[in-house]
Amino acid sequence: MTIRVFILTVVTVGLLAVTSAIAQSPEYRAPRGPDGRPDLNGIWQALNTAHWDVEPHAAGPSVVRELGTLSAVPGGLGVIIDDGDGDEIPYRPEALAARDENRAHLLERDPVIKCYLPGVPRGMYMPFPVQIIQSQQHIMIVHEYAGAVRTIYMDDHTEAPADSWMGWSNGHWDGDTLVVDTTGFNGMTWFDRSGNFHSDALHVVERITARSPETLLYEVTIEDPNVFTRPWQMRMPLYRRVEENARILEFRCVEFVEDLIYGHLAKQP
Amino acid sequence: MHHRSLESLVSVRHLVDRVAVGVLVTLVASPVAGQGSSTTATAGQAASSYTAPRTPDGQPDLQGFWSNQTYTPLERRDGVTKAYYTPEELAAIEGRAATRESGQTEPGTIPDVHYDFTQFGLDRSQSARAENLRTSLIVDPPDGRLPEVNAEGRRRALEVAAAQERLGGRWDSAQANQLDDRCIMMAGVGPPMLNTGYNSNYQIVQAPGYVMILTEMIHDARVIPLDGRASPPGGVSQWVGLSSGHWDGETLVVETTNFNAKNPFRGSSTRMRVTERFSRVSEDEIAYTFTVEDPETWDRQWTAEMPMQRTRGPLFEFACHEGNFGLYNTLVGARLEEQQAAEAATR
Repeated sequence: MTIRVFILTVVTVGLLAVTSAIAQSPEYRAPRGPDGRPDLNGIWQALNTAHWDVEPHAAGPSVVRELGTLSAVPGGLGVIIDDGDGDEIPYRPEALAARDENRAHLLERDPVIKCYLPGVPRGMYMPFPVQIIQSQQHIMIVHEYAGAVRTIYMDDHTEAPADSWMGWSNGHWDGDTLVVDTTGFNGMTWFDRSGNFHSDALHVVERITARSPETLLYEVTIEDPNVFTRPWQMRMPLYRRVEENARILEFRCVEFVEDLIYGHLAKQP
Repeated sequence: MHHRSLESLVSVRHLVDRVAVGVLVTLVASPVAGQGSSTTATAGQAASSYTAPRTPDGQPDLQGFWSNQTYTPLERRDGVTKAYYTPEELAAIEGRAATRESGQTEPGTIPDVHYDFTQFGLDRSQSARAENLRTSLIVDPPDGRLPEVNAEGRRRALEVAAAQERLGGRWDSAQANQLDDRCIMMAGVGPPMLNTGYNSNYQIVQAPGYVMILTEMIHDARVIPLDGRASPPGGVSQWVGLSSGHWDGETLVVETTNFNAKNPFRGSSTRMRVTERFSRVSEDEIAYTFTVEDPETWDRQWTAEMPMQRTRGPLFEFACHEGNFGLYNTLVGARLEEQQAAEAATR
């Protein structure tokens, strides 16, 4: 871990100490797995509007008029932690202009519309379940959306061998919290459907803590000096899919977007 | 990379056949073959005295990185009547295949545009693989061949062929193309898990109540619940079906149904049921067998064996669709060819 990351972690812990009383039942102690670690296994899903817009936002119409309310945007209070600096993403001025440009061209630019891998943290709060498969050396995050998958390396920490969509995740336990440090992004993913973006310098630190038998606390610190003036944080609960037969199903969306991506190249009858 | 003209795309488009176009980096090409046990343990026998280590929750531990790369064909080749080769015969067969796969193209020719499989460790000789003296993966029927397709299977095959014909030529649209070139899935991902041609690498991770098998090619993760839950509703069909598993002593047994038959296995139907058995028979090998039942395709079930050999991790992200320039460019090339032909016709 670099010094930079270490400092960031210290800052993060300090910030969380101030606010965690709101988010977490202080007495809750997660059941242990057979290896003595808190058991985070399960199928989890966010229940908020962060996938539309991580910032506070009022309800709005669909960008596709024909869809009516089908993809109209529900309002949301936002998931960014206001630590006195506001509840919006601290963009550098030129990056804010780029975000607004993205927002004006969502249909062309949002990578998820084309069934591309969602990146981190976006995949964690899309309206699709996510399964945590917690072993000792490797913890897997399996997303229903696009079959995205991430391996968290718990003891063989290495640098990312190359840039990728889902990044390269090294994890460790901080008490009862799973801390996941992810770098090696290719800069092609977004945070939400509102054009909020990052560069390939993105560094994500997630903290995942059981906060009740059926909920996790998901906290994430975002750092990207190319795009943001300072690190910023999001926080939200993830809810257990408690249905007895809950499972990750296929959302193999490539075939859903072939006409969108390649339709203009099809042979004309 | 310098700009490549549309004309040259036309000429190379047939070369991308079965070459997935995403990230081709493999971090697991490791020549550990040869360390495997001398012969593969027979299905379900768990003949050896080996007992797998246990996960903290007591499951036999199958975790790690594995390869099912092989030179052994699914069906016994014509003219071969015995069930096993001698080690010498196998070495000769594998040697010839390795030579073929490492064959170099002539610089400056069209085939030379293709990358060299050996350079990226994608040829079979550089992949971890369990030694397998069998002359076919199929062990039942005893002749090592698939049972004959029944009348219903033949009828459906005609139907499928007609539907494909209606889609037109392979380069007419994305949908008319092959699943792997479309980056939807590798045909061999299964289940049954045949190898994916190259990068036939898997990662197994176990947690209480679940086994997850990640196939490197196009990042296909299969999460198998072990809680004996009821069969899923018939209305839910999937490309890879729906799998449920349980432990039968040392053996993980996985049953899969609910296929959508859009990636048929040798003509299989939506009623295919695949029963897979995974038994770790040594530190470095998992005996993997599967039985296929599909009354709408074959009048009898059949069984094959395909050992998995430990390989080195980690697996890297295989973002195929995201980098699918191959499909895009071949479609562009095909349209350009048509345009050129039309222009030539009017001259």
